[in-house]
Amino acid sequence: MARPPAPVPVYPLLVWTWCRAVAQYPLSLAFLALAQAFAALAELTAIVVVFGHAGVLAGFTVHEALLVYALATAAFSTADLLMGSVERLGEHIRTGSLDTMLVRPVPPLVQIAADRFSPQRLGRILPAAAVLVHALAGLDAPWTAGRALFLPVLLASAVAVCCAVWVIGACLQFFATDAREAANSITYGGQALTEYPLAVYGRGVVRAATFAVPLAFVSWQPALFLLDRPDPTGLPDWLRFTPPAVAAGMCALAALVWRTGLRHYRSTGS
Amino acid sequence: MRVYCAVFALGLRRYSTYRAATAAGILTNTVFGIINAAVLLALFEVRPEINGYDARDAVTHVFVAQALIGPVSIMGPPLELAERIRTGDIAVDLMRPAPPLAWWLSHDLGRVAFSIAARSTPTFAAGALVFPLALPDDPVRWASAAAALLLASLVGFALRYLYALTGFWLLDTRGVTAVGNLIGPACSGMLLPLVLFPDAVAETLRVLPWAALVQIPVEVFLGKDSLPGGGPAGGLALQAAWLAALLGLASLLTVRASRKVVVQGG
Repeated sequence: MARPPAPVPVYPLLVWTWCRAVAQYPLSLAFLALAQAFAALAELTAIVVVFGHAGVLAGFTVHEALLVYALATAAFSTADLLMGSVERLGEHIRTGSLDTMLVRPVPPLVQIAADRFSPQRLGRILPAAAVLVHALAGLDAPWTAGRALFLPVLLASAVAVCCAVWVIGACLQFFATDAREAANSITYGGQALTEYPLAVYGRGVVRAATFAVPLAFVSWQPALFLLDRPDPTGLPDWLRFTPPAVAAGMCALAALVWRTGLRHYRSTGS
Repeated sequence: MRVYCAVFALGLRRYSTYRAATAAGILTNTVFGIINAAVLLALFEVRPEINGYDARDAVTHVFVAQALIGPVSIMGPPLELAERIRTGDIAVDLMRPAPPLAWWLSHDLGRVAFSIAARSTPTFAAGALVFPLALPDDPVRWASAAAALLLASLVGFALRYLYALTGFWLLDTRGVTAVGNLIGPACSGMLLPLVLFPDAVAETLRVLPWAALVQIPVEVFLGKDSLPGGGPAGGLALQAAWLAALLGLASLLTVRASRKVVVQGG
């Protein structure tokens, strides 16, 4: 009997297969990528318009807000690219394709995450990355080796937190198959929330996003670290060094929720 | 006419089947409404009045817009017509004694009716519980707001029908639909009230069909004099004009497209 393949090489293989499938309709792929880029630009415009009217909002200028926006959008769109397909879990349950995945010698989460992989989502990551570079280049706070090294750690943690949010949100569909949109309130809703400096929403929301659903570690705490500013809502400054720990905790929680959901799954029964 | 009533009823019943999905939609629309409203409230705290909007108008705008998401389907889902064109099922549809435009219009109106009752109303009510909203105080304005809602839903249908029709030429309509679903929210006032944009941009967006989906119904609801002609009647007339133009184009293109269809024999 052949040994089951290791999970890591399978993900890129499935991803490459779906990329080639999407490339069969080049015009649609171009349109889809353009649409994603346009969405990022539209949100960017909205922030510039809001800050254009306000000047300074909750102590943040438009340039500082752009840093927050870029961190949030880069993290959420990268997570969407890598893990976004899990939101179709309910569809896999309804059509029975989850059963097929369960008998294959590849972890079902890897199969679902790679299913219908959408390279067009790069169309959203690229503008976000460009704004991030622009915002980082314009920072007042001086660069030191420690700060420069901590930046990729912050970005990776942010992506991990978003991936975990995506998986946890999708697991809801193990219990309510057609409630796909409910997860959107924390996935896309989380993205919309973290695009603005959290202080805009007031202390209550900042605390909820720090201690209940830790979205503050996607863009808010990293931005405070990069801007080298005290937290205007009065939370301790050491929180900005915790994103890696938060990311690890969220991933562990996501794994637990996924396993619980999978164990609860009883197929469609027909 | 009876066949269209039946299709309408089927559309209504079909969408009322997914109860959890409806509840999820209400939750998502409400959460987004609260996030958008919080940003605009912070903005209006700094600038109490922008181009005729105050904080209460802005929050009302946000929740009318969230309530409109379901009926006007500004971010999808696309009509199933697109998939039927791609798979070739459209050949069967064209043999039926009901023209596709009227068929899909009745079907979508069933969806709209359910969406207004089960999704728009609770979303708006949730917004009204959390924030003080600017509600119309006379029945005439409620009636014009209802008319604006109906016209917005019809314009939303006409746009999605046109996106789907491109399938006759492109086969795969996902790209066109994606572009449409993004132009829609940005140009309609869903992402941000159009009054916040620079005047030249706002004036241009106001006369495009997407404004008929959100900005015009919101201003009719608020009774703003920034509508064409200075009142709700002008707003409704602009919506009706776009509806007539888009439906005219749709019926013209349907005829063109059906001449293109080749049914493979055998």
